[in-house]
Amino acid sequence: MNEVAQVVAYIPRLRRYARALVGERAAADDLVQDTLERALNKLHLWKRGTDLRAWLFTVMHNVHVNQVRSRRETAALDGDALELAVRATQDVALEARDLERMLARLPVEQREVLLLVVLEDMSYEEAAAALGIPIGTVMSRLSRGREKLRVLMEGLPASGRLQVVK
Amino acid sequence: MNALPITESDLQAYVDGCLAESRRAEIEGFLAARPDETARLAAYRAQGERLRAAFAPVLDEPVPERLTRALQPRRARWLRVAAAFAFSALGGVLGWQLHGAFAERPAAGQAALPLAHNAAIAHATYSPEVRHPVEVGADQEAHLVAWLSKRLGARVRAPNLEAVGYSLMGGRLLPGERGAAGAATPTAQFMYQSKQGTRVTLYLRTGVRDQNETAFRYAREGNVGVFYWIDRNFGYALSSADIGRDDLLKVANAAYAQLNP
Repeated sequence: MNEVAQVVAYIPRLRRYARALVGERAAADDLVQDTLERALNKLHLWKRGTDLRAWLFTVMHNVHVNQVRSRRETAALDGDALELAVRATQDVALEARDLERMLARLPVEQREVLLLVVLEDMSYEEAAAALGIPIGTVMSRLSRGREKLRVLMEGLPASGRLQVVK
Repeated sequence: MNALPITESDLQAYVDGCLAESRRAEIEGFLAARPDETARLAAYRAQGERLRAAFAPVLDEPVPERLTRALQPRRARWLRVAAAFAFSALGGVLGWQLHGAFAERPAAGQAALPLAHNAAIAHATYSPEVRHPVEVGADQEAHLVAWLSKRLGARVRAPNLEAVGYSLMGGRLLPGERGAAGAATPTAQFMYQSKQGTRVTLYLRTGVRDQNETAFRYAREGNVGVFYWIDRNFGYALSSADIGRDDLLKVANAAYAQLNP
């Protein structure tokens, strides 16, 4: 009962992470919605006294892995739709859109680690637990993700945020 | 001092500020003679700040209703669906295929009809627009309807959905779907908004030849729910990403009743 209220309190953070991970508002909220539905169904599996936040991010990670996998099986049309939707969304700040675009170019495994550590401020141990990977893997993905994003950011002209998409 | 060798992991932890004080001092000593490494780590820190600043506004956005609804117990959600069921059964007489209307989300890979698919794409494209959601606003409704009728080659009209809480914002012409003959059929989109800011779009196209005339179906494309039906020569699709299936059904009801009297 109270757990549900706690889950509700985490929705804004789940949305922030999902937005950075997926890059498009509607798709990100889809991911959050699926995560919440799954979390509600599996809430009895969460051990009281353990970190609910880490558990929710684990659920989201699993849902996302499944979504990405099923999306790969469906047609490429969705990609076009997604791109159109990204361009049309005006309520996202330009800066966030630039970053979303660059983040989208990182392998999803690196993006996840980077966002958990940087946006969610998780410790390396927490990120490792949330993603179900060894801490050494967290470190190498974090290092590679940061470096790739740095290169992408520096590839932008100084006024990069005003660049027009082809 | 016989310090441990400095690894990339140490440098990452330095960026994240999670090293013990003594270790941090060692890293700083290491970096003092390495401007390149110092610059790289500073870039990572700046990168983190940019990411946090860029996505912080998401924390303050109002949480969409569908997300809090996702945490309602199943039974409560079923009651809502049952209520919607009763609503449309009472208003009934329309003979829609209700079991189709409540079909579950199609399995991944199962393509919905092009009509619903294209309507959902058009919805996802234009409904988030703040400044230019429509080409021609509702203040020029007569002009809008005349223009779209001319371009679609058939008389179209924008149903009045005020009774279910939606006001016409306007509409636009879309390039449309490629028909069997290879020519693209122009299509139109009308957009409506409620007082709460939720939006629905009505997508319509002509030249639909389908024997299954009045079938009324539901499809989901991503987070966009679509009720669509075919009547005479027209295909209609009512889409929304903001409201649930049962609310969308009420709006579809109202649109259908006016478009197919």
